Amino acid sequence: MLARDEDILKTAEAWRKSGRRVALATVVETWGSAPRPVGSNLVIDDQGNFLGSVSGGCVEGAVVTEAIDVIESGKPKTLEFGVADEIAWKVGLSCGGTIRVYVENID
Amino acid sequence: MRLDILHTLNAERAARRAVIVVTEQPGGAQRLVKAVDVASDPLCEQLQAQLRSGRSGMIESPLGRYFLTVHAPSPRLVITGAVHISQALAPVAGLAGYDVTIVDPRTAFASPERFPDVRVIAEWPQVALPPLAIDRYTAFVALTHDPKIDDDALTHALAHDCFYVGALGSRKTHARRVERLAAAGVSPTAIARIHAPIGLAIGAVSPAEIAIAILAEITLRLRLPADNGR
Repeated sequence: MLARDEDILKTAEAWRKSGRRVALATVVETWGSAPRPVGSNLVIDDQGNFLGSVSGGCVEGAVVTEAIDVIESGKPKTLEFGVADEIAWKVGLSCGGTIRVYVENID
Repeated sequence: MRLDILHTLNAERAARRAVIVVTEQPGGAQRLVKAVDVASDPLCEQLQAQLRSGRSGMIESPLGRYFLTVHAPSPRLVITGAVHISQALAPVAGLAGYDVTIVDPRTAFASPERFPDVRVIAEWPQVALPPLAIDRYTAFVALTHDPKIDDDALTHALAHDCFYVGALGSRKTHARRVERLAAAGVSPTAIARIHAPIGLAIGAVSPAEIAIAILAEITLRLRLPADNGR
């Protein structure tokens, strides 16, 4: 089933209440063409399960990895992805835009 | 995000009330502002502007740098007419994120067998519509072709500021509808807001194609409200 924005946040709450450790990633800024608008959410648990999206699938893998870090440390992080990025050879946006993603723990 | 903020956020959304989450950058200190409390917030001007546009975004203010996440209620689609087009429109609109409700007093049409996964109310619009609390996050579509059903529903939708109001029927049918609504006291400005003939002009023929044309027009109104005015 395709997840709507509100389903993603409801899932975040349900996962947390069931005792899972959960992080929320949100697109906070975009430059150029970006696949998902500012405000888009991805919810991640400490097992690497996730729902929603912050890009068209290009950088979700990297965000999930960073989110597990945020769950461990409890400290929020801001991630930036773009083609000109030094990690572009690993993950990047093929559409040529740049996005900034804020990842926070749900506590 | 604190769990209590997330909980309130989900509860407000379920009650169809807009909220904004304010996150200080880069620190991460966070608070939730309900639409009714915006006026008394220190960032009231910025929050109001963001709420009006319905868009999330980063703002700079003398108080600091903040990320504002705007959570507007999910769009809804209310249809009069449990007809063939509705059987296609309801699932496509559901995919696009709309909560769909169909109203038709004719029980032969408004049967669960014809609409297995949709909320169908087998009542006259006068009875069915008021409890739905139609608002500006609602699109309304009249598909019965029957003035006894569609006219009252259209009047109700226009009075409740739906972001999209559309009615099935040819130009001739619509011209007669305009006369009836005007005679019933609906203002010319309100009548001019009705999209008829309904749907984007993509040459739609089958019920499913007409459903796509209607949803395309609703999307246009939702996403580009100021453009392509009719």
